[in-house]
Amino acid sequence: MNWADLNLMPALPELFLLGALSFILVFDLFVPDEKRGVTYVLSLLTVALCAVLQVATFEPFAVTTFSGMFVDDPVADIIKVAMYGATAATLVYSRQYVADNGMFRGEYFTLSLFALLGMNVMVSSANFVTLYIGLELLSLALYALIALKRDSAAGTEAAMKYFVLGALASGMLLYGMSMVYGATGSLDIHVIATGISRPETNIVLLVFGLVFLVAGLAFKLGAVPFHMWVPDVYQGAPLAVTLMLGAAPKLAAFVFVIRILAQGLGELAAQWQGMLVLIAALSMLIGNLAAVAQTNIRRMLAYSTISHMGFLLLGVLAGNEQGYASAMFYALTYVLMSLAAFGVLLALSRAGFECDKVDDLKGLNARSSWYAFLMLLVMFSMAGIPPLAGFYAKFAVLRAVVDLPVLDFGFFAGSPVYLAVFAVLMSLVGAFYYLRVVKVMYFDGSQTDAPIVVRGDMKLLLSVNALALLVIGLLPERLVELCIDAMRQSLASF
Amino acid sequence: MLTLTHYLVLAAALFSISVLGIFLNRKNVIVLLMAIELMLLAVNFNFIAFSHYLSDTAGQIFVFFILTVAAAESAIGLAILVVLFRNQRSINVEDLGSLKG
Repeated sequence: MNWADLNLMPALPELFLLGALSFILVFDLFVPDEKRGVTYVLSLLTVALCAVLQVATFEPFAVTTFSGMFVDDPVADIIKVAMYGATAATLVYSRQYVADNGMFRGEYFTLSLFALLGMNVMVSSANFVTLYIGLELLSLALYALIALKRDSAAGTEAAMKYFVLGALASGMLLYGMSMVYGATGSLDIHVIATGISRPETNIVLLVFGLVFLVAGLAFKLGAVPFHMWVPDVYQGAPLAVTLMLGAAPKLAAFVFVIRILAQGLGELAAQWQGMLVLIAALSMLIGNLAAVAQTNIRRMLAYSTISHMGFLLLGVLAGNEQGYASAMFYALTYVLMSLAAFGVLLALSRAGFECDKVDDLKGLNARSSWYAFLMLLVMFSMAGIPPLAGFYAKFAVLRAVVDLPVLDFGFFAGSPVYLAVFAVLMSLVGAFYYLRVVKVMYFDGSQTDAPIVVRGDMKLLLSVNALALLVIGLLPERLVELCIDAMRQSLASF
Repeated sequence: MLTLTHYLVLAAALFSISVLGIFLNRKNVIVLLMAIELMLLAVNFNFIAFSHYLSDTAGQIFVFFILTVAAAESAIGLAILVVLFRNQRSINVEDLGSLKG
């Protein structure tokens, strides 16, 4: 290749992140324990500067670099900015928690930033090699983060489970990639997309690979029947890491799905739609039903994540621009909700006490009506009650599904309206356990009168985060248009 | 004469053995790590076979990346295993059952 033509501008935020990250990694070695706050501030500063660079290098069309391996399109830009926000919020929310739990060390921050870099690479990949490298960079950082509290038996067990199942998922994904490579002769998503329609392409081989790809993707999203790790990891990981796990990686996984299924294998939509119908319906069914039975709020939120991923896949399986854009909107609002929910749990935790059980929220309104109100907003939004963002997100996905022509996948043939009705019924089941949390907060007596001590910056950010759900719910048009425009631009380059 | 099919069948067999190893193994976590390694090697087999058959080097380059990541992955896996053993005094898969609900 010609080095003079190498345009690094599209990858500028990633390169900056890598540089700053390496600097923090070394710099932190010379920081004494009592001044660890410097590392924290530097990490936040890095994330903020990345966001600035991302916005400054914004182009309303797709730009590729590194011989087409790296693509910077509007979807990637929007998702990355959201991921910077999510990572920054994670760092701010977990500041007190990691200090209380002996995790306020350089590793926590560098691993978080490595995870962010991995997600960035995932989001901007246009080649199987970079997709895989980004995914592994994210996964390896997360395995280590979950096991960061070395004396916690639950944490290490969760890390082991996540590691084994995550590696299995990567293996499946790779096996699928190898089949697609064999059938189309390329690892580049653009070439794969055009190669599918060539007459000499072996469709059987391609569909065989597709099955493994979808299984691997479902694993990474945490969708049924590959969801076993989600509740265990959410429960066992340190709360701060659960927060990190439940937020930005979902955005990255969503774009990952779009890159592989929509952009790479869009021609095979008829095949993967059938699989996604099954995965989405089962995720909504099992996620919502299992969440009802949980007494541990983290497990409850984990099962709720599974059901939300089912809903998100419902948008993806529509297989058109409207569907993808609605799924993107869903992913963005889901991350806001997840951040705020775990943020409140972190606010209620203190040294030696983790807010773990649904009962730990008893009488929260009497202890602090503001946090009870924020949690109420989040729960209503997750349940999909208007006028909160969660309602509009569900509405947009359902509208994309209802607009589809009659579906026929062999095991399920009929109007897509049935699918939408099923999704609504499952949301109704979901409303039960979300409203139970609200009931516990407002109508049960408090078990403790320990004061809720929260740093000012966290309180402000958490309030903004939860209130954003209300604002987006009332005025969704701006964000919806952004998602639709970005998705149109990104798909147009294929 | 060995054809592409032979290699694909071999890789599929290795892959199946590793998946079975992960799901059937109830004894030892180290066997899980070995199964994961085997799975990645089965994938590498596939990539190399296709790469040779298609006369395209991209597949072989991907294999280098997979090998590197596999090395990093087992390092992290073993590190988690050590921490797990220190906490539980056991690396029996059946002892990994404290997280339930």
